[in-house]
Amino acid sequence: MADYEVPKLTGEGYCEIPAVREGVMESKGPFIAKPDFQKALHFPNDFDAAGSLVPNWKERALDKMADLKGRYRSLQVFLDICVKCGACTDKCHYFIGTSDAKNMPVARQDLLRKVYRRYFTFAGKYFPKLVGATDLTEEVLADWYNYYHQCSQCRRCSVFCPYGIDTAEISMAAREILDHVGYGQKYCNEIIGKVFKIGNNLGLPGPALFDTVEGLEEDVEMDTGIKVRFPLDEDGAEVLLVTPSADFFAEPHIDGLIGYAKVFHETGVTWTMSTIASEAGNFGMFIGSYETMRRVSLRVREAAIKHKVKRIVFGECGHAWRVAYSFLNTLAGPFDFLDQRYPVPQHILEFTWSQIQAGNLQIDKTENDDKVLTFHDSCNVARGSRMGDYPGGQFDIPRHVIRAVCNNFVDMPADTIHDATFCCGGGGGLLTDDLMEIRVKGIQPRAEALKHVTTHNGVTHMAAICAICKSQFTKVLPYYGFTMDQIVSVHQLVSNALVLQRQVSVQARPDDEDGDED
Amino acid sequence: MTFVSILYGLLFWAATLILIGGVAMKIRQYWNTPAPLKIPTTPAPVTQGGVVWRMFREVVFFQSLFRSNKTLWLFAFLFHISLWLVLIRHTRYFMEMGAVLTFLQPFGKYAGFTMVLGLAGLWARRFLVDRVRYISAPSDHLMLALLIAIGGSGLLMTFVTHTDVTQVKAFFGGLLTFGFFGDAGGLPADPIVLVHLLLVALLMIIFPISKLMHAPGIFFSPTRNQVDNPREKRHVSGWALELERQGKNYLDELKK
Repeated sequence: MADYEVPKLTGEGYCEIPAVREGVMESKGPFIAKPDFQKALHFPNDFDAAGSLVPNWKERALDKMADLKGRYRSLQVFLDICVKCGACTDKCHYFIGTSDAKNMPVARQDLLRKVYRRYFTFAGKYFPKLVGATDLTEEVLADWYNYYHQCSQCRRCSVFCPYGIDTAEISMAAREILDHVGYGQKYCNEIIGKVFKIGNNLGLPGPALFDTVEGLEEDVEMDTGIKVRFPLDEDGAEVLLVTPSADFFAEPHIDGLIGYAKVFHETGVTWTMSTIASEAGNFGMFIGSYETMRRVSLRVREAAIKHKVKRIVFGECGHAWRVAYSFLNTLAGPFDFLDQRYPVPQHILEFTWSQIQAGNLQIDKTENDDKVLTFHDSCNVARGSRMGDYPGGQFDIPRHVIRAVCNNFVDMPADTIHDATFCCGGGGGLLTDDLMEIRVKGIQPRAEALKHVTTHNGVTHMAAICAICKSQFTKVLPYYGFTMDQIVSVHQLVSNALVLQRQVSVQARPDDEDGDED
Repeated sequence: MTFVSILYGLLFWAATLILIGGVAMKIRQYWNTPAPLKIPTTPAPVTQGGVVWRMFREVVFFQSLFRSNKTLWLFAFLFHISLWLVLIRHTRYFMEMGAVLTFLQPFGKYAGFTMVLGLAGLWARRFLVDRVRYISAPSDHLMLALLIAIGGSGLLMTFVTHTDVTQVKAFFGGLLTFGFFGDAGGLPADPIVLVHLLLVALLMIIFPISKLMHAPGIFFSPTRNQVDNPREKRHVSGWALELERQGKNYLDELKK
């Protein structure tokens, strides 16, 4: 299946910490973005072809570094205060899976820190060898490009660092510098280009979306005999649902979308999706660009205003939820035109859980009796955001919902869940086929924990609440002997168990109002 | 007053100036650098009081480090707590002994041993653990060597060859009041005292330009010091607000 070794699982629930090896994962990194795409993102594009650098790249890289460290306290402080204690060295799933020395969080940070020291600190200017400072060369840039694209920005290292140093902040800064010298990543930057041009990551145009939701309405009606609406671009609905575009067609994502629709249908809350904001994921975060992230976020604001909604709800998507929960108010706020009785934005799980608690949903848990579930805490939900109104709500609410709709639930080992959760291996802009090797190796710790509960507790399925996790798992877990259908959406489980009482959605079809044409 | 006294007097004045000035400059830099986004590592406190409590647990008990690696935590905690006790004991060279200070003297005296022990453990890791060996620069080793040498020379004076403590106190008393460097003959010319003090001055000088900045730096770490309330309270940095005000997308489009 692959020309590299797939790690073996023991089923013991933990991975041995490998001895460090140098250069195991040395490569050219993912495909590089062409000048056209750099231009669309307002990055410098005065370089010849993908893979070449802009003129005076060194000066421009250092200027960008100075600019970023002046604008981001995290970067400046994190570059200065690491004591190289090594607490993080065994915490990265990519290090565990590959044993490459440069995949230890501190070593990954040092790729940038060494250059920072050389040009911006007294010790590095005058005693470079002593403090491990190096000149910025093309080789260093190539190393940045390779190894900063072996970081999924999952922030697991930041949990264990005594100073809270977050490698994600460093790898975002590195990627932003690379974008400014001609080494942009094709996968992320082309996707962001599609968002700006078409409205979502997958480049699904409006007509395709209408076609999809119409098909879904037919499917659900065939399945249940009930007309569940999937409203798109409808003004005056109460809720704007922003969900990852993968929910419109990928498996098991789409089953999640069906779940959201059924919950809205059953609760009688009117809702709509929007072709302008037909994507929740914000890849601006992956490339560390505040400006890009803001531009992507402003679409959500625009859609909310255009469709005159009262609330914004986000679908199951990890990075999307981090940007939504932590940054949306910052980037695209203030949202004072929305109904202030609800948090802005809300997670679909917060919505569903409150409806379950209020007794508005009739549930038949036995519908999920063919499964024993475990739950994968997605990194950006677990370590970068919250649900509910108390710290740690993001761990409880998904589990509450799963337990409310399923009889069999088992957690994976404690050091692999909650804020110590292991990444799926595909986050942060790594969900691209040109990075298959790192994705396969990086999933090892998660696969090991999953293997443990499948072996010892009879777990059959793992639920996830992130589009990237779901895509990565279905593609990569088969390398470890799991099957694609063992990965499910949480709202897929809700969808299975929900007993529909209403015959028709509260929301009228717009064409019903217009009068039937046929 | 001797030549050595003048030299050491000037050295300590300079070292103090560099330490205080350097750290102040760094803190000013951290303070003035905006934190444009809320990035606390969750589960994070939702109130300011909660943040203070979280920071207290981190700074005093090294909570995250404890979760991460128990051996490392043990050596690090041993070193830092001992260092505090030793530092408290040293205040007697600068001020009058109160009841509390008198009570703490013996703790500070024996903490010298645990301090060196903790440092030795930390240094051993740099050789024995391949991951830590890989990430260590020469300066990381030197820093530990320096601290061990300071601790060792201090222990020698406490337990092996005593120096004239009263005279040392008079010397530093003189420095503090910007008087002469000790009226009664200045600094005792014991080689161990001189080595000890030289290394301490060196440590003070490199403090602001080295990783020792982790001590004040941790208070500025956004992943630890931010309140997790982005939905309730809008958080916008100055430069981001300017983008918004001028209706621009990119910084280079801003009217300056």
